[in-house]
Amino acid sequence: MSAKKSIGKFISDYAVLIIFTVITLAAISPSGLSISYIIQEVITRLGRNSFLVLALLLPIFAGMGLNFGMTLGAMAGQIGLIFAVNWSVAGWQGLVFAVLIGLPISVFLGWICGAVMNKAKGREMVTGYILAFFINGIYQFFVLYMMGSVIPIRNAAILLSRGYGIRNTLNLESVRQSLDNIFMLKVGPFLVPVITFVIIALLCVFIVWFKRTKLGQDMRAVGQDMVVADAAGIPVEKTRIIAIIISTVLACVGQIIFLQNMGNLATYNAHDQTGFFAVAAILVGGASVKRASIANVFIGVVLLHAMFIVSPLAGQRLFGSAMIGEYFRQFIGYGAIALSLVLYAWKSRKAADDARSGLRHGASGNGNGAGGQA
Amino acid sequence: MRNLKTFIQDFGWPRIIIFLFLVSLFVFAPAVGVRLDASISDVFNRFGQYAILVLALVPMIQSGCGLNFGLALGIIAGLLGSTLSLQLELRGFMGFFGAIALSAPFSILLGYLYGKLLNKVKGEEMTIAMYVGFSFVMLMCIMWLVLPYSNPTMVWGYAGKGLRTTITVEGYWLKILNDFLAIKVGRFFVFPTGLLLFVGFCAFCMWVFLRSKTGTAMTAVGSNPDFARASGVSADKMRTISVVISTFLGAIGIIVYQQSFGFVQLYTAPTPMVFPAIAAILIGGANINKASMVNVLVGTFLFQGLLTMTPSVINSVLQTDMSEVIRMIVSNGMILYALTRKMKVAK
Repeated sequence: MSAKKSIGKFISDYAVLIIFTVITLAAISPSGLSISYIIQEVITRLGRNSFLVLALLLPIFAGMGLNFGMTLGAMAGQIGLIFAVNWSVAGWQGLVFAVLIGLPISVFLGWICGAVMNKAKGREMVTGYILAFFINGIYQFFVLYMMGSVIPIRNAAILLSRGYGIRNTLNLESVRQSLDNIFMLKVGPFLVPVITFVIIALLCVFIVWFKRTKLGQDMRAVGQDMVVADAAGIPVEKTRIIAIIISTVLACVGQIIFLQNMGNLATYNAHDQTGFFAVAAILVGGASVKRASIANVFIGVVLLHAMFIVSPLAGQRLFGSAMIGEYFRQFIGYGAIALSLVLYAWKSRKAADDARSGLRHGASGNGNGAGGQA
Repeated sequence: MRNLKTFIQDFGWPRIIIFLFLVSLFVFAPAVGVRLDASISDVFNRFGQYAILVLALVPMIQSGCGLNFGLALGIIAGLLGSTLSLQLELRGFMGFFGAIALSAPFSILLGYLYGKLLNKVKGEEMTIAMYVGFSFVMLMCIMWLVLPYSNPTMVWGYAGKGLRTTITVEGYWLKILNDFLAIKVGRFFVFPTGLLLFVGFCAFCMWVFLRSKTGTAMTAVGSNPDFARASGVSADKMRTISVVISTFLGAIGIIVYQQSFGFVQLYTAPTPMVFPAIAAILIGGANINKASMVNVLVGTFLFQGLLTMTPSVINSVLQTDMSEVIRMIVSNGMILYALTRKMKVAK
């Protein structure tokens, strides 16, 4: 009975992860890609994406769900990069420059995001999602109309031919892979961008350390129960804002790391999918709206991207159409998010119902209420 | 003075600003060489195009399911209806109403399943609805490629299979409602009587429905679930009904849109249809748990008026096209405003 129950719980906890592993493994052979190619691609994408996904952790600790507002940080990072290219600061120094420009912007945007989410408690996710759209409008206004007309741009090559507004695609040649190439280690047949991974490791250490600080503990208390945390004297709203600000700043740095690896910047839509990929990755890695760990991040990035690598080709081989593979991978990405949100909401409702009925039946108190009916 | 203050509070600053902005656009239009009659005709047209999609949001708001970010499901049901109608080569009113009839089974089935799902996730409906919508749109992208449609106007010419991204309805039921009893004044002004009559008819049906026994029960579930349960109303059943109606209206809405716009848009097209509809009803004064016919009509008119007038007027003044940015800021700003307001009933 108990073993059966725990298997059931394991399956429902990790349903998305299991489905993903199965699909990815099944798609490897029809894709016709060699294992070593897939591994190299996964290593590259781990370096490219992990930082962005790690940015999601703190808001989850603070009980604010998946921070779709991280896109705001991504936009700040892009503005930093635009200025780095404009002032022709090349190499890794250019990336540092971009971070320095992006930092105040992302702190400001993070503060706005946190304040808005405090006004929409319980609806943080959908609010963050819409806020990202809203700020996207303002971002476009700045980059498309203000830069070059009001904000001085020295480098005419990055402007549209009409004289103001940044080009649709910005070549990041001057900073391309400057972080990855500082120290590229060759391990067997694979290239490993060591410095990028060192930075990601440092962030992991920071997160582990941060969880143990007073602020980190407060954050988790707020995430558990806002009312109790408030009664305990924790400034709930402020703590939530700080969680979002840190997340936004990390997203800003993450986007810069992401783009230096990509090597060019789609000025007006590079950030569109940032939140989607990051959220899909962490959920695929076994996280839920309320519970996430560093392990979830890395498992998720590996699985999600392994599938993204194999599915277009597998689609082409199996159905004779690359488009089907492309649609399929987007379907799986969105589906993974939908499924894990549904499973989570369904479970927490069931737990609440069980607790209620436990309360109703047993006068013995609500200590074992949650297990009462299950 | 006090009256004015409460009025402004009820109406909300964003709406007043948008209203004043729209009025000033109309005032300045002739000064920058934009024809007023053509603009007004455009506004009526687009109002009719979008109104039913906006109307589709009402039942779910009333039953407490929040803003239907999953309206894409209804739109897809409509797309299935209209593509089937084209496949069967139905023409004229037969084609238009045929499309609606053919979409009905899909919308009822999809709406029923979607409603069941939303009942399981009370409190998280909006985020989940959004992602259910997205993933279903993607699933249907694959379906549009593989379903065995064969009408040569619909499928890709060279492959002979897989539906085109946009399919024209010309020769089938293009502007079937718009041209019905249309009144032409001068060269530029056309009043789409049939379209507006149809919109009015749908809005009237909804108005009557909300006052019927089922409609009242539905509103009760939304505004006070405990009271509703005490009076023997099944909350889950009412919510499911509201989702089915919303989905079916979404289907009708997109078919009405297509006959006026002239094209059936497939693949990822349904997703960007949803947010403007939500923005419109919110601009009209609805909030997350209360919406009326007035909100729908006023909101659609204001929002579509804004979308029609800003490109023409602003572009003539500034010589650039800022309409996309303005649309993005206004529509998402409006949704954001609604989401951050205090809800009177917390679940």
